[in-house]
Amino acid sequence: MTTSIQIINTSSHSVLDLEHTCNTIEKVFHVPVDVVRGNLNIDRAFDASRRQYNSTALISHILASSGSGDGKVLGLVDVDLFIPILTFIFGEAQFSGTAAVVSSYRLTNQFYGLEADSILLRERIAKEIIHELGHTFGLYHCRHFDCVMKSSTYVEEIDLKNVDLCPSCSEKLLALPTP
Amino acid sequence: MNNDVSILVVDDEKVVRDSLTKWFREDEFIVGSAENAAEALKQLQARRWDIILLDIKMPGMDGMELQKRIKEIDCTSTIIFITAHASVDTAVQALKAGAFDYIAKPIDPDYLSHLIQNAIKQRKLAGENLRLKEQISEISKVDEIIGESTQMKKVFELIETVAKTDTTVMIRGESGTGKELIARAIHGNSERRYFPIVAINCGALPEGILESELFGHERGAFTGAQYRRKGKLELADGGTLFLDEVGNIGVKTQMDLLRVIETKQFSRVGGNELIKVDFRTICATNRDLEKAVQDGTFREDLYYRLNVFTIVIPPLRERKADIPLLANYFVKKYAQSMGKPITTVSSDAMDLMIRYNWPGNIRELENAVERAMVVGKPPCIKIQDLPIQFTDRENLPALGSLAAMEKNHIIEVLAMNNWNISRSAEILQIDRVTLYNKIERYGLKKPQ
Repeated sequence: MTTSIQIINTSSHSVLDLEHTCNTIEKVFHVPVDVVRGNLNIDRAFDASRRQYNSTALISHILASSGSGDGKVLGLVDVDLFIPILTFIFGEAQFSGTAAVVSSYRLTNQFYGLEADSILLRERIAKEIIHELGHTFGLYHCRHFDCVMKSSTYVEEIDLKNVDLCPSCSEKLLALPTP
Repeated sequence: MNNDVSILVVDDEKVVRDSLTKWFREDEFIVGSAENAAEALKQLQARRWDIILLDIKMPGMDGMELQKRIKEIDCTSTIIFITAHASVDTAVQALKAGAFDYIAKPIDPDYLSHLIQNAIKQRKLAGENLRLKEQISEISKVDEIIGESTQMKKVFELIETVAKTDTTVMIRGESGTGKELIARAIHGNSERRYFPIVAINCGALPEGILESELFGHERGAFTGAQYRRKGKLELADGGTLFLDEVGNIGVKTQMDLLRVIETKQFSRVGGNELIKVDFRTICATNRDLEKAVQDGTFREDLYYRLNVFTIVIPPLRERKADIPLLANYFVKKYAQSMGKPITTVSSDAMDLMIRYNWPGNIRELENAVERAMVVGKPPCIKIQDLPIQFTDRENLPALGSLAAMEKNHIIEVLAMNNWNISRSAEILQIDRVTLYNKIERYGLKKPQ
């Protein structure tokens, strides 16, 4: 049974910034969320030829760093993530597993040449964290455009989504056997 | 939900297989992976895969070669090639070999997502197309035409033979023999079956209206032509034009029709625009066209243009063996539509039906059965349920000499049994040699 969610923050965002996000996550998954400032050695996941970070390697590292426990663990980073077949990803999770990773690198307005918007960034980070955690709880991608579990391949799609699960995904979450 | 779509990832690189598998699993696809061609073929034997992502360069059998093998196993699989180095040559080669698309590693996630959705849509459309084609084939099967007599079997053979070609067909037969049904069967078995068959009864329309019906008209072509209207020729584009009662067309329209059949182009009434059409012509008539040609009321050139392949439908009186079959078919049909539990025809009513000459052919038989179904009581149609004019027996063979009666009776029994001598002799309660002698004496000949 999942007893807690731990977010290891290695990004430049302060723990204080993430307080509001934690409340939102708690409301969705009904478990306490704890944010810690972590010192993940992300350099081990760096791919020099792509100048990006391999998210699968990062997840292995997060798992190794978090130790054994009943909870979920998510690493928040601010580097560009990839999986070998795709050009980039916003985040990755172990499906029905323990660990996940989310990057704020492509969630900032500055990446797209726009003016910084801290509120929008906070929303995007919250949505991506809930999305990836949803996968660790065994939720698939949802077809409802405004559900947080809808697959997003570009940032505008993230903005279209709500920060919550749709009623159908909420029901599924309750019905799923706890990983 | 994507859990009814299966995707197989074939790539020698484990990281590629793993990351794609994971990516698709989150979308609820059924996902499998194979590291080489041998493993992929094994997976293909085990189950059907809707979409196959195939690495072009793999040790051993490469992706191109594997695609050929996959198509041999399941030609409906959608194949998408993956390559590390995009090149126009390889892309062209892959698409020519029948691949759905081609992607270069690494792939933009948005592009991959759209590509898979497009592949699913294309598969759905292809499946729908196939189902609709099957439905059309089912609807237009030749077996809608009822008949087991030798003459009708010959007609079925002719339909099968001519349907596959684009030859002009002339169907001849008395009124009510089902000429339009034959035309529809030819169309339904032809390559044009997915396009319309447009029928026009040339005998039912005055010449001016027939011309406008066939060729269409432009706005203002004549009083009352308020809008441009497409004619039957245009509507039949790609399909079949069925000209019923073609012998009744007036001389002017005959000339125009001949030109269209020869050139496959025409202008609408009151218009100058030349319209090109592609249709097959099937026509039907119960008129003696040869005599009409001799009399000068039917153009000889049009006659030869239409009379390329002729199918003659025998009148019902010449194929009495089909009467019980047809009668029971109509009983079943009307029992269903009227919701009446009448299942058969009593033996004396059937006997009368067989002896009757049916000048109105199948149409008359169908009407007779329909009427009997209305007035009759379950479980079967009785002699008194049959139409009054029918029971007047005016069309029953006239009374005459004993020899004439015997001749007529032998003709009927032979017709009923498709000229099977043994069976006919058994019914007549004479031996086969006697029957042969009587056939010779009365100069009877098996209909061709």
